Amino acid sequence: MMAYIVRRMLYAIPILIGVNIITFLLFFVVNSPDDMARMNLGMKRVTPAAIEEWKAERGYDLPMLYNESEAGAGQITRTIFFQKSVKLFKFDFGVSDSGRDIGYDISQRMWPSLAIAVPVLLVGLALNITFALLIAFFRATYIDFWGVVICVVMMSISALFYIIGGQYLVGKLLHLVPISGYSTGLSAIKFLLLPVIIGVIGGIGAGTRWYRTLFLEEINKDYVRTARAKGLSEQWVLFGHVFQNALIPILTGVVAVLPLLFMGSLITESFFGVPGLGSYTIDAINRQDFAIVRAMVFLGSVLYIIGLILTDISYTIVDPRVRLS
Amino acid sequence: MRVRLIKLRGVCSLLLIGMLLTGCDDSPWNSPHPAGEMSSQVLYRSFSERPKHLDPARSYSSNEYEFIAQIYEPPLQYHFLKRPYELVPLTSEGMPQVAYLAADGKPLPEGAPVDEIAFSDYLITIQPGIRFQPHPLFARDESGEFLYHQLNDDQLETLHTLDDLPVNGSRELTAADYVYQIKRLAFPRFHCPIAGVMNEYIVGFKALSEHLSADDKRLQKMTGQERPYVDLREYDLPGVEVVDNYRYRIRLKGKYPQFAYWMAMPFFAPMPWEADRFYAQPGLRKRNIKLDWYPVGTGAFMLTENNPNLRMVLARNPNFHGESYPEVGEPEDIAAGLLQDAGLPLPLVDKAVYSLEKETIPYWNKFLQGYYDTSGISSDSFDQAVQFGDQGEVGLTESMRQKGIQLTTAVQISIGYFGFNMRDSVVGGDSERARLLRHAISIAADYEEFISIFANGRGIPAQGMIPPGIYGNRPGPEGVNPYVYEVMDGKPKRRSIDEAKALLQQAGYIDGRDPDTCKPLVLYYDAVATGPDDKARMNWWRKQFTKLSIQLVVRATDYNRFQEKIRKGTGQMYSWGWNADYPDPENFFFLLYGPNSKVSGGGENASNYANPEFDELFSRMKNMDNGPERMAIIDQMLEILRHDAPWLFGFHSKAFSLSHAWYHNVKPNLMANNTLKYKRVDPDLRHESQLAWNQPVLWPVIGTAVILLLSLIPAVVLFRRRERSAAR
Repeated sequence: MMAYIVRRMLYAIPILIGVNIITFLLFFVVNSPDDMARMNLGMKRVTPAAIEEWKAERGYDLPMLYNESEAGAGQITRTIFFQKSVKLFKFDFGVSDSGRDIGYDISQRMWPSLAIAVPVLLVGLALNITFALLIAFFRATYIDFWGVVICVVMMSISALFYIIGGQYLVGKLLHLVPISGYSTGLSAIKFLLLPVIIGVIGGIGAGTRWYRTLFLEEINKDYVRTARAKGLSEQWVLFGHVFQNALIPILTGVVAVLPLLFMGSLITESFFGVPGLGSYTIDAINRQDFAIVRAMVFLGSVLYIIGLILTDISYTIVDPRVRLS
Repeated sequence: MRVRLIKLRGVCSLLLIGMLLTGCDDSPWNSPHPAGEMSSQVLYRSFSERPKHLDPARSYSSNEYEFIAQIYEPPLQYHFLKRPYELVPLTSEGMPQVAYLAADGKPLPEGAPVDEIAFSDYLITIQPGIRFQPHPLFARDESGEFLYHQLNDDQLETLHTLDDLPVNGSRELTAADYVYQIKRLAFPRFHCPIAGVMNEYIVGFKALSEHLSADDKRLQKMTGQERPYVDLREYDLPGVEVVDNYRYRIRLKGKYPQFAYWMAMPFFAPMPWEADRFYAQPGLRKRNIKLDWYPVGTGAFMLTENNPNLRMVLARNPNFHGESYPEVGEPEDIAAGLLQDAGLPLPLVDKAVYSLEKETIPYWNKFLQGYYDTSGISSDSFDQAVQFGDQGEVGLTESMRQKGIQLTTAVQISIGYFGFNMRDSVVGGDSERARLLRHAISIAADYEEFISIFANGRGIPAQGMIPPGIYGNRPGPEGVNPYVYEVMDGKPKRRSIDEAKALLQQAGYIDGRDPDTCKPLVLYYDAVATGPDDKARMNWWRKQFTKLSIQLVVRATDYNRFQEKIRKGTGQMYSWGWNADYPDPENFFFLLYGPNSKVSGGGENASNYANPEFDELFSRMKNMDNGPERMAIIDQMLEILRHDAPWLFGFHSKAFSLSHAWYHNVKPNLMANNTLKYKRVDPDLRHESQLAWNQPVLWPVIGTAVILLLSLIPAVVLFRRRERSAAR
C-alpha cells in the first residue's frame, strides 16, 4: 500500500503544476498586474510611478511566463509564474497583495469554516441515513413515493433560497437566533445553529435520495433474500445486513469530502458573516488578490487529492477484498 | 396525554436552549451582540468591506477613514455643525499662521499678488500635554529601554495579537511626530496616494522621496529583508522643520490655500517614530501585526479589537486630551436638538462596535430589529423605508415611523457625470460641429428621469461641476446651465427634445444621419456593466440617444478594462464620478484641467479636455482666497465648460441614512470623518425597543414538531400491519 500512496503522491505533482498553470492563466486573462496595483492603491490619484513601484515590490514587474531578457534558466525562473508558484510546493503561501501573511490567515480562518462544516456533515449524515432507511423500509408505499417527491423538490431548490428563507423565517419572523454573525467560544453556538440547520436541510434532498438508492440496491441482493428466508425480521435485515453493506460507498464518499471541509462554504459564510476560508476566497477574488486566490486553489487541489487517496485507503479498510497495488 | 407531555418537553427544551444561548440574561435570543453590552454607551455599526489599510500615510477611502479618523488626529478638523464647512483646530492651538515669502526669502504682506509669492510658510503650534494612546510600542523597562523593540523568539512564540504584550506605555505628542509623518508620506514604500500632489508643493519633498527610494533599495540588498527599518529621523526634509517641542513649520512652493484642507486629513496626523521601529520587527510582520493593521494615535478612540473579518471595536482612549461638544452651530440646530450636549466632554460613547456585514439583507433586517443604531438604504429596501409625497417631498413609510426611525438626507460633495473623450474625432475636439452634437446629447439625456429610475430619487441634476454647499455653486436661477435648461417659474426646466434635434441638425446630422456616410450616426458608450442589473441602465441610455435618432452601441466591460480604455484614450463616451477631497471648487475643476489629461499626463482629466483659456483661469483661481474676484473667475470657468460641454454634468447624489430614536446628534457632515466622538445613544430606550421587537415566537416551532410527530403515526400503523401480515 505504501508504494501505491507514494505513486499517487508523485502523480499529484503534475496535476498540481497543471492546476497552477490554469489558475495563473485564468486569473491573468481577466486581470493584469496594472489592474491589481490600481485595485490595491485605490482609485484616486494613482500615479504611473506608484503602480510601477507596487509591481516591483511584489514581483509583478517580471514577464508572465517567459523572460526574454534573461539567459539560461533565468528565462523561466525570472517570471511571475515561476516566482509565485515554486514556493507553493513548499507550502509557503507568502503574503497577500495587501501585505498579510496568507499562511497565518488560513490557520486563523479554517476554524470557523470547520465549525459549520463538521456539524453539517455529521448531523446531515445521520439524518440522511435515517430518512433513507425509513424510506427504504417503506419501499413501494405512499411513504416511499412522497419521500422521493419531497427529496426531489428539496434538491431542486437553490441553496441561496434556503439561506435567505431560513434567515427570514427563523431570525426575522420567529426571533429565535441571530440572522447572521459569528463569535468565538460557547457564544458561537447561537450563531452556528441557523447555518448548520440550513446546511443540513439543504443537503437532505440529495443525500437521502442517494442513500435510498444505495439501500435499495442492497435490498435486492441474494444475501438479503437469504436473511429473510432464515426468518429474520425486516428491521434486523435492514440494520444488521443492508445498512452495513451500504456503508461502504457512503463512508468512501464521506472520506473524500473530509479534507475539503477546511475550505468552507462560499455562499453560507458570506451570508452568515462567518469569517471562514470560503469568504476569504470570495473576498480575494473580488479584490483581485492573486496571491490568495492561487494559494486557496492550490490548497483546495492538494486537499482534493488527499481526499481521493484517503478514499482509496478507506476502501481497503471497509472492504477487505480490495487490495491497492 | 402523551402528546401534551411531548409538547411540554419541547417547550422546556427550547426554553433551556434559549437560556443557554443568551447567557440567562434578558437580552433577546436573536441578539448578535454580547450579553450585557447593550445597556451601556456602545454604538453598533457595520462595515461591508474589510479596510485595506489603516496606516494614515496610505489610507484614502471612506471605509478606512471610518476607523482611522477616530484614532489619528491631524492638526485641523471640520466644525461638526457649521455650514458651509469650516476648518477649526483639533490638536493645534488656533489655526496655522501663514506667511508668504518672495523668491529671495523676504516676507510679503498679506494680500500680496500670487505671482510674487514664491513660498508659503505654515507655522503650526500644537497643544501641550496631548498624549498617545496606551500602546506596547511605548513601554519601557526600569532602565528606560524599550521593552518590546527587540522581541526574541520566546516572546514571539506566544504572541498572536498586541494584547499578548502585557505592558503598555505612552508619551507626550510633540511637533516632531507631525514632521516624522510628513517624511513618511514621501517614503515610496508607503505608497502615499497624495505623494504626487505634495511633490508639487512641499519644498524638498520630491528630493527626499528619491533619496529614500534609493536608500531603501540599498538597505534591502544589504540586509536581505523585504522591508528593513529605515529611521526617517535621520533624513532631512527642507520644507518641514521642527521649530520647538510644540511648533513645526511647513514651507510650500507658491501659494496653495487648499493646503489647510489637507491638514484636516489623516495624512497629516502625527506618527511616533517608535511605531515604525516597533512594527519593523520581522516576527511581528509574520503574524500580521503591523502598523497598517494596528494604529496608534492620540484621538478620542483606539482600536481595541481588530478582526476585520468579523468585527472591529473602537474604545475610548483613556489618554484623550479632552475636547468639548460644540456650543455653536446653525440656527436650526437648536430646534433639531443638536446642541443639547453642548459643552459636554467628548467622546460621548465609550465604545463603537463595527460588525462585518457583506450582504445587505441580513444587515437591513438587523437594523430593523434594533441591533444597528444607524443604516443606509439599499435599493432593495428603499420602498420599504421611504415614500415620496404628492409634491415629491421625501418621507418615511408608516412602518418606519412606528419604530421611531429618523431619516436624514444630504447632497453629497460629489458628481456623477457622463464624459466625452475630447480626443475622439466625432464627439471630441473644439469644432462647432462636435460641440453642437455634445449639446444636443446634453439636452436629450434626461437626468431627472435617470435619478428617478436608477437612484430612487436620491440625487439632484447638476448644473455645473460644483455641488451645492461648495464655494462657487450658485443656487437658484442664476446657477442654471442655460445650454441645457431654461428657467420657468424660477425653476430649471430641461430644454425640449426639438431644440436638441435642431442643434443636431445644425451640426450637420440631419435626422441623426452622418452626412459623410448618409447612415445613422453610431456612437459608442464604454460602460462598466457586468451584471444583469446593468441591462436596464444600458437600455435607458440607448433610449436617450434614440430620441435624437442616434444609434448607441454600448461597449460593456469590467472596471479593469474600462480603466484601461480611459487611460489609453480609446473610449468615446463614458460615465464616471468624483468624490471631493475637500470643499473647494479647485478639487472639481482640476478634473478638466488640461495638464491633468489622463492620456498625456496620467492625471484625473479622463475626458482629456484642454482649453487654454480654462487652464489659465484655473491656474489663477486655484491659488486665490474666496472672494468676489475668485467667484467671477469661477463663473467664467463654468461658462466655458457649459459652452464646450466636455461632460454631461450628470447629478449630485443624495445620501439617505436612517437612525433609530435612541441615536442622537445626527447631522450629516460630508467632509469630516471624525464625527464618532459627537454621537450619543440612549441605551435604555434601545434595550426596551430591542426586547419589544424581538420576542421569540415559539408556536410555529412547536406546531411543526407536533405535525412531524403526527405524520409518523401512519408510518407506525403501516409498520405494525406489515409486521403482523403473513409472508408473501
